[in-house]
Order: sequence, then structure tokens, then C-alpha cells
Amino acid sequence: MTTPDAGTARRTVVRQALSVAVATGLYGVSFGALAVAAGLDLWQTAALSLLMFTGGSQFAFIGVLGAGGGGGAAVATAALLGTRNALYGAAMAPLLRTRGVRRLAAAHVTIDESTAVATAQRDVRMARVGFWWTGVGIFALWNAFTVLGAVVGDALGDPSRWGLDAAAAAAFLGLLWPRLASRRAQLTAACAAVVALALTPVAPPGVPILAAAVVAVVLGWGGAPEPRLASVTAHPEEDGS
Amino acid sequence: MSPYALTWLAVLAAAAVCFAIKLTGHLVPEHWLAHPRVARVASLVTVALLAALVAVNTFTASGAVVVDARLAAVAVAAVALALRAPFVVVVVLAAVVAAVLRAVGV
Repeated sequence: MTTPDAGTARRTVVRQALSVAVATGLYGVSFGALAVAAGLDLWQTAALSLLMFTGGSQFAFIGVLGAGGGGGAAVATAALLGTRNALYGAAMAPLLRTRGVRRLAAAHVTIDESTAVATAQRDVRMARVGFWWTGVGIFALWNAFTVLGAVVGDALGDPSRWGLDAAAAAAFLGLLWPRLASRRAQLTAACAAVVALALTPVAPPGVPILAAAVVAVVLGWGGAPEPRLASVTAHPEEDGS
Repeated sequence: MSPYALTWLAVLAAAAVCFAIKLTGHLVPEHWLAHPRVARVASLVTVALLAALVAVNTFTASGAVVVDARLAAVAVAAVALALRAPFVVVVVLAAVVAAVLRAVGV
């Protein structure tokens, strides 16, 4: 039984979840096209979206393979980029209180967007509604648009003629951009880029990217905690790149 | 094993590892991962990997550092992001810039 008021709140959350799902699902097209450009076939591309289902890791996986890196480096990079999902899971588990198969499903759709929509809600019930509608909504659309992107990418042929290699770089920049609010993040990004480029001529493909993760551990481990104010007051216009 | 089979192996292994990471978060007691330092390192690892991927995909080709049409494309993408353009628009814009520059022989 829901009161009219609770029904309205629920509809608001569902609408919010679906708009996030549509926006996120759409860029499955770029993932599908870039995966094919990186040398994967349609089935491997579809399998990544279906089974891995975490955008950053998926883009990283094909990014390393596309740059000539080995499977081991691709797996390691995808795993490292996926570590934040463990933190999301730890934050979501007490809210969701799922068991059995539902817990496996909840884990699978624990990504940036479902966590963000869930944590934006004021009470636990609405957080659950936000989590599931966002997670399942993105899962459906992300997979559908991945297949569409892979089919289109396959039809295009030579990836560099269509600028798909530049599109891959832009995709990573798009994923990075919202995370650059703090000074520490900007410094980390700059150091990581320099380290990766410096190692490129001497290290096997894929290794320079993994080495950049060490930069993050060094810069994140020491030093004072980030002042909370910085992330609240930072404007997107002030973001470094 | 053929390169095609090796790619499949990597796809399935990476998917399994990424799922295991997500599930671990749901299974461990919350306070294990609640330490500010753990959260900070995890978020910076994400930033560092994405920044490295931007750099490598913009400036390198076959193991060498090069400057080509991709730099202009990524610069346009950065401007689009600063103007709050949606992700898909940013990606398509970068592809168009690189494709046009290459078509005219840059």
C-alpha cells in the first residue's frame, strides 16, 4: 500500500533513473563501434557489455587491446578500473539487503550511475527504487546499443578513416572529466599522463597504463585528507584537463 | 591457442574478475572499505588510469609518441566537455574532427 505522496515520490525517482539510463545507454553505441575498431568481433563486444557491464573497464579493456597490448594487461587494467565498484557495493549492500540470486543481480548492476542515483535519494525505499531502475534500465539499453554500435562500426571499415581512434581518446576524456573536480585529482591525472607517455617507447603496450595506477596509489596514500569544501565549490569551468 | 581464442579468454577472464570485484563489495562488512584512505586511493586509481588512457590514445602509435589529427580532435572534445556537451556528442565530434583533418591530408 502506498499513499499518493509515496506514489509521486516513486514516480519522480523512476523518471530520474530512466533519464540516466537513456543517457548512459546511448553511449553504448560508441563502445560497440570502438570495440569493433579495436579488433573485437560482434560476439566478443556483446559479451563484454553483457558480462563485464562496467563502462570504464570495458573502454579500458578495448583501449589496451587496440593499442597492441596483451590480454593480461587488458584484464589487469579493466580490473583496476573496476575496483571502485567494490566501494559502491559496500555502500549499497546495507541499503538493498538482498540475498541469493537477487544479491548476484544487485552486484552485477552496481556501477557509477546506479550508485549515484541510489545515494541521491532521501530514504532507503526510494534508494532501492533508484538503484534497481537505474541499474536494470542501463543494463537493457547499454547492451542493445552496444550491439547497434558494433554492427555500425563493422560496416564502417577502416577505423582511423572515420576518426574512431580519436573518438576512443575523447571517450576516455569524457569519462575522466567529471572526476577532475579536486586539485589532487588534477595533479594525479597530469602525472599519470606523463608517466604513461614516458614509458610508451620502452615498455610493452598496456604496461604504461598500469604504471600510471601506481602514481594514484602514491599520491592518494600520503598527505592530508582532501578538504571537503574543494569538491563542493569547484565549478566545472575550473576543471583542468 | 589462436589470437581469436586468446581474446575470448581475456574477455571472459576480465568479465569474471570485474564481477568478483562488484560482489566482494556486497559481501564484505561495510567498514572494511570505509577508510577514507581506501576511498581516496580507489578514486585516484580511476582518475590515473583514465588520464593514462587519454594520453596513450591521443599521443602514441605503434609504441612511439606522435602528434597527429587526434590531438586536435581531443582538444575539440575538451572544449565540448567544458561546455557540458553530452558524452555521445563529445565522442562523435572528436571522430568528425579527426576524419575531416585526415580527409584533407593533415
